[in-house]
This record gives sequence, structure tokens and C-alpha cells, in this order.
Amino acid sequence: MDTILLLLVTGIGLGAVYFLVASGLSLIYGLMGVLNFAHGAFLTLGALIGWETARVMGADSWGGFALSLLVGCLVGALLAALTEFVLIRPLYERHIEQVLVTVGLNLAAIALFEGIWGTDPVFIQGPTWMGMTTNILGAQVPNHLFITILIAGLVLAGMVLFLKRTRYGMIIRAGVENRSMVTALGIDVRRAFTLVFTIGGAAAGIGGVLASHYFGYVSPLLGGSLLIFAFIVTVIGGLGSLAGAAVASVLVGVLQQFANYFWSIGDFVVVILLAVVLLTRPSGLMGRKVATA
Amino acid sequence: MSASTEELKDQHGGRGGREGSSATDRLKASLTPPTTPGPSGPGRSPARRRIIGGVAAVAGVVALALLPLLNIQLPGILPTATYQPGALQLMALCLLMGAAALTYHLLIGVAGLLSFGHALYVGAGAYVLGILLERTGMGLIPAMLLTLLVVVILANVTGAVALRVSGIPFAMVTLAFAQAGSVLVRRNPDGATGGEEGLSLNTEQVPAFLVGVSNTRNLYWLALAVLIIVFAIVSWIQNSRAGHLAEAVRENENRVRVLGLKPYLAKLLIFVVGGTLAGCVGMVHLLLQSGAVPRTVSADFTITLLVMVVLGGVGSRWGAVVGGVLYTLLDQRLTVLAQSEAIQSMPALLRVPLSEPLFLLGTLFVLVVLFMPGGLAGFVRRLSARSGRGRPGKDPVTVLEQAE
Repeated sequence: MDTILLLLVTGIGLGAVYFLVASGLSLIYGLMGVLNFAHGAFLTLGALIGWETARVMGADSWGGFALSLLVGCLVGALLAALTEFVLIRPLYERHIEQVLVTVGLNLAAIALFEGIWGTDPVFIQGPTWMGMTTNILGAQVPNHLFITILIAGLVLAGMVLFLKRTRYGMIIRAGVENRSMVTALGIDVRRAFTLVFTIGGAAAGIGGVLASHYFGYVSPLLGGSLLIFAFIVTVIGGLGSLAGAAVASVLVGVLQQFANYFWSIGDFVVVILLAVVLLTRPSGLMGRKVATA
Repeated sequence: MSASTEELKDQHGGRGGREGSSATDRLKASLTPPTTPGPSGPGRSPARRRIIGGVAAVAGVVALALLPLLNIQLPGILPTATYQPGALQLMALCLLMGAAALTYHLLIGVAGLLSFGHALYVGAGAYVLGILLERTGMGLIPAMLLTLLVVVILANVTGAVALRVSGIPFAMVTLAFAQAGSVLVRRNPDGATGGEEGLSLNTEQVPAFLVGVSNTRNLYWLALAVLIIVFAIVSWIQNSRAGHLAEAVRENENRVRVLGLKPYLAKLLIFVVGGTLAGCVGMVHLLLQSGAVPRTVSADFTITLLVMVVLGGVGSRWGAVVGGVLYTLLDQRLTVLAQSEAIQSMPALLRVPLSEPLFLLGTLFVLVVLFMPGGLAGFVRRLSARSGRGRPGKDPVTVLEQAE
């Protein structure tokens, strides 16, 4: 029982990290039709600079941790906004080129990070409390998982509020539904593009800092492996659906933990889940119906 | 059947980008290289051009085949003179990567299939052959044939599943399959794949003329032969009825369906041929590098192939080969350059970016996508159009196509 509970909580924690990466990917794809390969670079830079900040401030202080989250968020948002402005904007309506540009940016950025920080993982630590465990019904649950889940929950709530309650949120939702209609109504969707990228980058930056605490290290290669799973989560949840991304991240995270523990085949199970979902529901669990051309 | 698809291509010659079309449509449309008119298209004496192109190709192949016998120094490009193993190894790798890029061209350039799992088949070719040679004591030729069979089955099964969806979901399913393969290789089941270390080639069953540094030139010729064979098969497939059908599917799948043809089978054929050829490239890669590394199965390797094809120009066979050769050459030489005195003595602000080959290649790639649409092939096409070789009204695409 305690093992199952522990697996469940670690799974949800992993799902929380996936969600922070996948939510931005999903929104960006939904609105702009761009599969953003550079998302891993946003995440990695957020994690690396977040860790540098925490180290300067004192890695085991709460202030340092909070500041590293804030800095990670800002760095991710800034890099994402810059990417959208400099690289994506000149290529509007040319989706494949946009994807290619993000692929190139990811290659270049990760190589640059490797040049600056080296390829070896740097083991990190947070506030002492986060390194300890709490006993819940017999399961020793690491405390950092609570923080990760809490923050991902807050980000989800914030995104939902933003999308439902603000004018820009409404434009983004409308744009995901039917972009030509929004444009025809005289609304400049392009500003929403930058906004979506910034929000996605910010979430990825936070995700990067939390992922480094989840895995216990930072490295320029942190983003690469997470990105593939985030893609899978995004597709399973349905491209463009925030709720889908949330459900699918938790589903994938929990499934991966259980399959890894009992049969050590977590990664295969995720791949099989993706194949099954796509073959039975090509638009994902909660996606709009993708035009079946 | 051929006539109807030809007609269909003509009707739908323009690039897509129609208003209100779905994202997948737009994706496909933007993937699409400009269609080429059939032999009856505009242009002066296509037959003569074809002969000139053929002669140039034969001359090029002969020159490449003679390189190991000549003593040509290309400082900065090749590490040693062309007859020495160092240069031969690099040139062989370049030719193989050209062939690998060509197999990827079959998917993306001909059928418009954006696969992120092509590395799976290259890796399968290398690893299955490596494991067979290591574990069974089979001869090289039977082991290669068995590997070929495995790759064909693998490509059929994965392709049949992945092609149930199209566009971005297709890209994701192929990515997921390749990821599964990559995990399997890294997991090192039963010590078969060697995990992160990779698998080294057991040379017991490999004929002596393909083993050892002194025989590098034989491997070079083998790589050249692979490139030529892959090029011939890709050209043949592309000009066959199935190839035309795949091109028509890329342009507009619904029309093909309305005409009573089967898009699924055409796409599957292209996918399986591309995967099988990639497996063959993987086998020779194992022999050339005396081993297989997990990188050949990774998503990074597929992305490398994508970068090669895009650098060369999507839709052009020569472009894919040149892109593959150029990328490999740059990757190798930039790594050497990074260690050079000139770079190492620079201040950190310049030294760090300049000593990362992938940073330079990624940046180059971004610049090509932004400012050189159509890659190298597109650039050559525009140059030849500007230099007056193309008369007004002449479709510049035909110049390049006929030069092939």
C-alpha cells in the first residue's frame, strides 16, 4: 500500500513537471500550428540560470529557491518572447519553416549551453526541508514533490484564469478555435502569438527549475529527454487543449512510475499508450477534432 | 493510372496555402517542393540536357572512385592526402551520410512525410548486423540478408501503424517508435547492444579486405557503391508509378482518393523503401565505424538527417546528397578547428561559441531557413536562372531536375 501511494505521488510529481512543459507546447501548437522544438532550450536555460541564482543566494535557503523559480520563469519567458519575435515572426504562415527554425535554435542553444556549463550533470540541492521526507500512511514521500505539485497546480489555475477571464485569454481561446475568424473580426492575432510564446516559455522555465529538483541535477541535456515526453503528453492530451495536457501529464507520469517500478518498462508503456490513443482517437483525449484531410 | 496522376499534378501545380485549410493541410502544403512538369514541360531540348547531366554524373562518380588512388592535398578540408586512411575514412562517412540523407529525402521530399523516427532504421541495420555477427557466427553476407529482412519487417510494422495518422501526429508516432528503439538500445538487454558504450564490430566473420586501417579505401569504395545504389533506387522509385502516386498524395490526398487510388499503400511503400535503404546504410556504417553507437538510433540523428536535407534543399536528390556530405564535413572539420591554437587563444566570449560545432551548424541552419528558402538546390536554381541560362518563362525547376 505504502509503495503504491509513493509511486502515485512521484508519478503525479513527474506529471506536474511534464505539464509545465507540455502546457506551453500545447497552447503554441493550438494557436499557431507550430511544434516548438526550442521548448527544451527554454526549459534548460531556466534551470541553469535558476541554479546559478540559487547558488549565489545560498542554495539551502528558501529565498534562494524562490528567487531561482522567479529567475527561471523570467529567463524562459524572455528567451521565448525573443524567439517568437526574431525567428518565428518573419515566417508567419510558413509552418514547416517555423518548425525547422526552432529545431535549429534548439541545436545551437543546447550546444552553446554545453560550451558554457559543460556536459556533466551538476548535482544540486534545495532548502533542507525539500530534501527530507514526510510520512503519509506509511509512505516516505519526498517533500520536494509537494512543492512541485503545488506550483504546477498554481500555474494551471493561473493559466485557466487568464484564458477564461481576461481579454487576451479570450482572444487566444478564440484563436485556437478559429483563427481566420478572429482575424476577420479585426483583432491582431500576432500579439497573441508573442503572448502565448511568453507564457509557454515562462511555464517551461519554472518547469526547468522544478525538474532539476525532481531529478536532483542540472545539465544542458535536461531539456532533450523531457521534451520528447512532453511532446508525447501533448499529443495524447490533444494538441491545443490545456485541460488535455493536464490530464495526460498526470496519466503519463503515474503510468510511467508504476510500469517502471513493477516491470521497468515505463518508457515503452508511454510509447504504447501514445500509439493506442492515436489509433483510436487521432485527435488525442481532449483535442478538437483534427481535420482528417 | 500514370496519366491520371500526371494530369492531377498539373491541375494542382501550385503551392498550397489556401485560406481556411486545416493545419495539417498547411503543413503538407508548406512541406511541398514545387512540382515539376512532366517530360513534356517547358524547357529546351530536355533530351540533350539529360545526356549532359548523365555525362556529368558519370564523370563525377569516376572522379570519386579514383580519389583513393590519387595524392590530392586539400588542407583545411581533409585531414590528410586523399589516398591516406584519415581522409578516406572521412570521405566514406560523408558519402554514407549523403546516402542516409537521400533515404530521408524519399520520405520528406517525395511523399511529404515528416518522420522523426528515421534513425530507428539506420540504427536497426547497424545493431542487428552487429549482434548477429557477435552472437551467431554467421558469415557477413547471410547476416546482412537476415538484417535486411528484419529491417523490412520492422519498417512494415511501424509504418503500417504510423501511417494511420498524418501530419504532426504521424511525426509524433514515428518519434515515439524511435524513442522506444533508443531506450531499448541504451537499456542493453542481455548485454547485446553494449548500452551507452555502443557495440563494437566482431571482425571474425568480416572478409579481410574490409578490416583494418590499411583497407579503408575498400570501405570507401563500398560507401561510394552504397551511395550510387541508393541514388539509383531512389530515382527509380521517384519516377515509378508508385512514386508519382506518392507525390500526388503529398499534393492532395483527397483527390487521389476520389480517383480511386490508394494513398495509404503508396505512402507505406515509400516509407518501407526509405526505411530499408536506411537500414542498408546503417549496416555499412557499422563496418566503416567498426561499431554502432546509441546516437544512430536517437532522435538527434533523425534531426541531423532533417538538417542535411533542408540544407541541401527539400525535394532535390542532389541537394540531399550535397547536404549530407557538407554537414558531415563541416561537423568533423569544425570539431578539429575548435581545438586549434587560433580558437583556443581567443577570449572566452568568442572561444566558447566557436568551439561548439553544433552551435555553428545550428546557427547556419537557422540562417538558411530564414534567408535561403529551398536550401542549396534553391540557391543554385536561382543563380542559374539569373545568369540567363533560363530564358524568360522557363520554369527554373526544370533546369535542376534535368541536370540530375
